Amino acid sequence: MAEMETGGGGHKKGGKKRGKKMSTRVDFTPMVDLGFLLITFFMLTTSMNKPKTMEINMPVKEPNEIDQTKVKASQAVTLLLTGNNKIVYYFVNAVTGDPETPLITDYDNTNGVRPMLLQENRKRNPVGVDSIPIYKDMFQKNKIKEDEMKQHIAAIKAYKDGLIVVIKADKNATYKNLVDILDEMLICNIGRYAIVDITDKENELITMANATKPASK
Amino acid sequence: MAKVKVPRKSTSVDMTAMTDVAFLLLTFFMLATQFKPDEPVQVVTPSSISQIPLPDVDIMNITIAQDGRVFFDMEGKQYKEKLIQKMGEKYTITFTPQQIETFSRLSSFGMPFKELQGFLSLKPDERTQIKQAGIPSDSLNNELADWVWQARLTNNNVRVAIKGDGNSTYPTVAQVIKTLQDKKVNRFNFITSAESAPPMQ
Repeated sequence: MAEMETGGGGHKKGGKKRGKKMSTRVDFTPMVDLGFLLITFFMLTTSMNKPKTMEINMPVKEPNEIDQTKVKASQAVTLLLTGNNKIVYYFVNAVTGDPETPLITDYDNTNGVRPMLLQENRKRNPVGVDSIPIYKDMFQKNKIKEDEMKQHIAAIKAYKDGLIVVIKADKNATYKNLVDILDEMLICNIGRYAIVDITDKENELITMANATKPASK
Repeated sequence: MAKVKVPRKSTSVDMTAMTDVAFLLLTFFMLATQFKPDEPVQVVTPSSISQIPLPDVDIMNITIAQDGRVFFDMEGKQYKEKLIQKMGEKYTITFTPQQIETFSRLSSFGMPFKELQGFLSLKPDERTQIKQAGIPSDSLNNELADWVWQARLTNNNVRVAIKGDGNSTYPTVAQVIKTLQDKKVNRFNFITSAESAPPMQ
């Protein structure tokens, strides 16, 4: 197929008896066919992208309540994840210690929970939060090393008066909602957050927010 | 008129270079391929912008299916052999060497422990047909806790990865996380698929 014999072979001229000259060429075609077949097979079966993971650190369970860290009311926001991809969030009044009116939002990138988190996070630590993109930019321009960048960002994220997000999910929430909200923490550079069990009072807040839901959303 | 004679040219093309490239690619794909173990349940993981790759060794995998069934798997054949023996001692069930061998080659499984022996005695194709009930992980009968605990005793460096279906409900996931916390596992990974990060905030 790939080789066409043009010449070569035995010439029957001349009187001298010589050993027949054999062609040294070997037909590679079947081998190449097999090679490409195997390539196709391996190309189709290989999955190149390895799964990524998200690291979660849960707080160590303290058996007695005295040792548990209390979250300062003024710096915390509580996100209640509920069904239909909705989030109910509320702040706690710093003076009375009571929850303020719960608001309802969703996972939308432009007018969902993200702008709210970004704004709240920036309000509590404007200098720190604004310098995160600068560090990332410096790293991309090779002005600082990766370790250095991570160290700076970790220090900003651990700022003691920064925003603390308390994440609670009710029984209608899905696992995807949880992963999405943890993803928002990464995107919004929020370093301090915790996944906590929901209370009955907060279940009532969800019902309340759903009842007084504005028509626009 | 004289005919113009076109000189006869050889039609053979040198295929050596092409063959070389073909086999180079073949070698690459052969070495890069990792065959997916057949999983008892299809799980669609949610996506995240996180870029941390999943380690290949020292990992135990807890799969949560959409319907709330829980499956368990541990990386490393030698660890799995030890693991099932330790679990057998705890539940006073003795496994035959044949069953231990089968178990060490198994990928994710989700059988209650007392049914595991029967499950391991089945033929491979019968095993894929059976609908596995999931590992009990509620507070009454928490076998998952025992698996996690024994796995940690078998391999000290083991890390926990949770692979959950995006549509599984939060209470199931919360129950698994609670089980892990009870066994003092406070650091674990959620397996997600990659997603591009939004522009810098």
